[in-house]
Amino acid sequence: MPFVPHIDSQVRRMLDVIGAASVDELFADIHPELRPKSFDLPSGKSEMAVMAQMEALSRKNDTHLVSFLGAGFYDHHIPSAIDALCSRGEFYTAYTPYQPEASQGTLQAIFEFQTAIARLLGLPCVNAGVYDGGSALFEAAMMAVRHTKRRKMVICGAVNPIYRVMFSSYTSNLNLDLVTVPARDGATDFKALTAALDENTAAVLVQNPNFFGFIEDYTALFATAKAKGAVSIVSVYPVLQALLKTPGEMGADICVAEGQSLGLPLSFGGPYLGLMACTKGMIRQLPGRIVGRTVDRLGRPGFVLTLQAREQHIRRQKATSNICSNQALCALRALMYLCLVGERGLKRTAGLCLEQAHKAAARLTAIPGVKLMQDKPFGNEFALTLPQSAYGVIDRLTARGYVPGFPLGRYYPGLESGLLVACTEKTTDENIGIMAEMLKGSLA
Amino acid sequence: MKTIFEKSVPGRAACLPDRPEQYAGAYIPASLMRESFAGLPEVSELDVVRHFTELSRKNFGVDGNFYPLGSCTMKYNPKFTEAVAAMPGFTRLHPVLPQLKGAGRLCQGALEVMYEMERHLCEITGMSAFTLHPMAGAHGELTGAMIIAAYHKDKGHKKTKILCPDSAHGTNPASASIAGFEVVNVPSKDGIVDPAELAKVLDDEVAALMMTMPNTLGLFESHLPEIVAMLREKDALLYYDGANLNAILGKMRVGDAGFDVMHINLHKTFATPHGGGGPGAGPVGVCEKLAPYLPVSRVAKMEDGQFFLDYDYPKSIGYVSPFYGNFGVTLKAYAYILRLGREGLIRVSENAVLAANYIRKRLEDRLHIPFNRTCMHEFVASASELAKKGVHALDLAKALLDKGHHSPTVYFPLIVKEAVMIEPTETESLETIDQFIDDLLAILDQAEADPASLHDAPLTTPVSRLDETKAARDMVLTQDMLEDSRGL
Repeated sequence: MPFVPHIDSQVRRMLDVIGAASVDELFADIHPELRPKSFDLPSGKSEMAVMAQMEALSRKNDTHLVSFLGAGFYDHHIPSAIDALCSRGEFYTAYTPYQPEASQGTLQAIFEFQTAIARLLGLPCVNAGVYDGGSALFEAAMMAVRHTKRRKMVICGAVNPIYRVMFSSYTSNLNLDLVTVPARDGATDFKALTAALDENTAAVLVQNPNFFGFIEDYTALFATAKAKGAVSIVSVYPVLQALLKTPGEMGADICVAEGQSLGLPLSFGGPYLGLMACTKGMIRQLPGRIVGRTVDRLGRPGFVLTLQAREQHIRRQKATSNICSNQALCALRALMYLCLVGERGLKRTAGLCLEQAHKAAARLTAIPGVKLMQDKPFGNEFALTLPQSAYGVIDRLTARGYVPGFPLGRYYPGLESGLLVACTEKTTDENIGIMAEMLKGSLA
Repeated sequence: MKTIFEKSVPGRAACLPDRPEQYAGAYIPASLMRESFAGLPEVSELDVVRHFTELSRKNFGVDGNFYPLGSCTMKYNPKFTEAVAAMPGFTRLHPVLPQLKGAGRLCQGALEVMYEMERHLCEITGMSAFTLHPMAGAHGELTGAMIIAAYHKDKGHKKTKILCPDSAHGTNPASASIAGFEVVNVPSKDGIVDPAELAKVLDDEVAALMMTMPNTLGLFESHLPEIVAMLREKDALLYYDGANLNAILGKMRVGDAGFDVMHINLHKTFATPHGGGGPGAGPVGVCEKLAPYLPVSRVAKMEDGQFFLDYDYPKSIGYVSPFYGNFGVTLKAYAYILRLGREGLIRVSENAVLAANYIRKRLEDRLHIPFNRTCMHEFVASASELAKKGVHALDLAKALLDKGHHSPTVYFPLIVKEAVMIEPTETESLETIDQFIDDLLAILDQAEADPASLHDAPLTTPVSRLDETKAARDMVLTQDMLEDSRGL
């Protein structure tokens, strides 16, 4: 039997020590009326047969598409050293570092991860990560609720709608007053956001670049929020943080991000990595694992999980969160990515993303009837208005092997002609040209 | 050992794109750019490889060590499942692809995996429907609690409380609380839920009882049928915490036994790696009456055999994950289920239970076992007798590290003093298990002869016992905080 090593004589020996006649006897507590009504599963297969079956399934997915899809999830180059190092069993077959003496590898890596993310986002305190960017946004909002003892949330409509629908689901039973300030044709509505802030507001939630790709400066908004006693939360795209004004520089209290772009494959939606960083004043509200440096009995430096009094295994229902894990292997990948590309590599990657996106925007807006949704600075992604519904265009181009982008109408009624186009350093000039020609032909 | 930041040499680089970009200022005004350097490490690729290889050597893992960490199911992680999850046909798929009209045909393989995985999990557990979206066990609990809330709200029931036994994992009460419920504790009797105690707290406001089966003491809840009847009477639901599902595969099905909603930890029962603390996956299964409340999207099959994502569930709790959960983890668990098949899965539970009882019997004369009867896949011993001599559960845990074994879970469950929770799993050979027992017995001898000597353990690990109080007080969480503290 695969992965069970006992031979018959060993099973016998164990039963003899236990004093049981058979293995079945060990399950005597499960009364006959509780026994399964059915357990109708296929028979086991050899490794070779399973691999062949999975290979065949993987081939039913089309991965030769040229894609301009983003919507918060991007196809970046992943250095090969990441897979090589992460496949070390000492990393991936370990568990949460409950015994720090036997887990210094994982613990020091998390300390380094916390450092890299803190520097990238410009905020001093970072946890070891949560499930994904959407759950990070929810956890950040709950930090604000605990910190301010208020229950009103002001959220910008240009925050990733995938996260906003998650947010509504998570909070539906929590008696929060959720105020969504609609984006106007892809632009963050600063006037309405500012007007929505009052003495009952726990937090304002915004995104940079916003979902439509436009880069914003939230410094003034965050100052207003602070004056009202509200917490400022911003969701960002970590690759572009190599270049962009940091959440810390803008005066944010909490920053969250999806870490997928840092060395994690798209992999049909997961596993991903939620990044969370905050000011020192909010650290005791921060959920999840946090690693701190200390010394051992002999004065040697070492690392431990710290501030555990916030966590569920100590505090139970009074914990800051129910989260018990940290997607540790994903955090390790992100750290390795940031080490491999380094300061210069991340800046250069971000710069190339911008360059390709601006080339693509120039080519596409040269097509009659195609316009940028806003005349504002954008990053690696931008929103276009087409002269007809984006759905049909996407359908026609996808059939020819080019996915030109994401249909904004899916989440924004009234923007059915909106197309969200993403580029990365992997996007080639040639493919931009081909896609532009196809789009032009499709609209003609 | 230095941190990677301390190894940084300005100007050094590893993996740069081969084409310098245009100056970013051409696209973005200076007012939107960061003022400071990010301060990421500047190192070579070999620097990175050496650094992380050295770090990995400071870790215990299942590949190198026996890892009897109770409740966590640290079994062997088969290597072929890693190869499956790394197939480019899966890793390259963009998650929004099936949301584009007509593009579902471009990811039929991935949708089929999800559909078949849900079907297999239904058959294994006897539940009616599953969602693969929750991204960890605790996330499954939260999803389950949200489903419970949505069901009662829809039925017009006014239910505000969730009951948790005192032996429950800490995540149970935390998840119920995050979902907006008041948590009420149920005291155990003889290590299991006592119907008389349950009756005292079971009122009309109770939405559900969360149970772990076998429970965290490794014991089967023998009053289950009575508990099911009591809850039905009050319109309350029964939640199954699947942390210990690996004990009952093919022996009992959660749905048949009367549970209404459950989660599974794929990284426990279905052998996906724990990754140093994630990623895992926590699929949630429900009985028929709760199926309308499952998260969207749901994967479905058309008459022509094509798979698609169905969002048309008006009573759904909505979205708990940005897409379809940790798909990479689903793949590994699905491949594992195919490999083992029906017989293989039954053998998992049989051999896990066999190994746990064998260790229990061999230790029972030397270590106090508070509820010493046939256990399931794990059992809880207590170091309370040793504690009188000054040797605590923590000392045993640390001494085991010196013998090359990861330690059992200690100080959980909370209802056993000086708890030592041992879970050997089905994949460890008898030779390994005997070595562990012999080593533990030798430590117990040492505890009798020279109790103080155990306080120094571990001696063979990269560091010895660490000062956790100092860590919490100083709060040095990053290189920058370290440099600040040195500057003072």
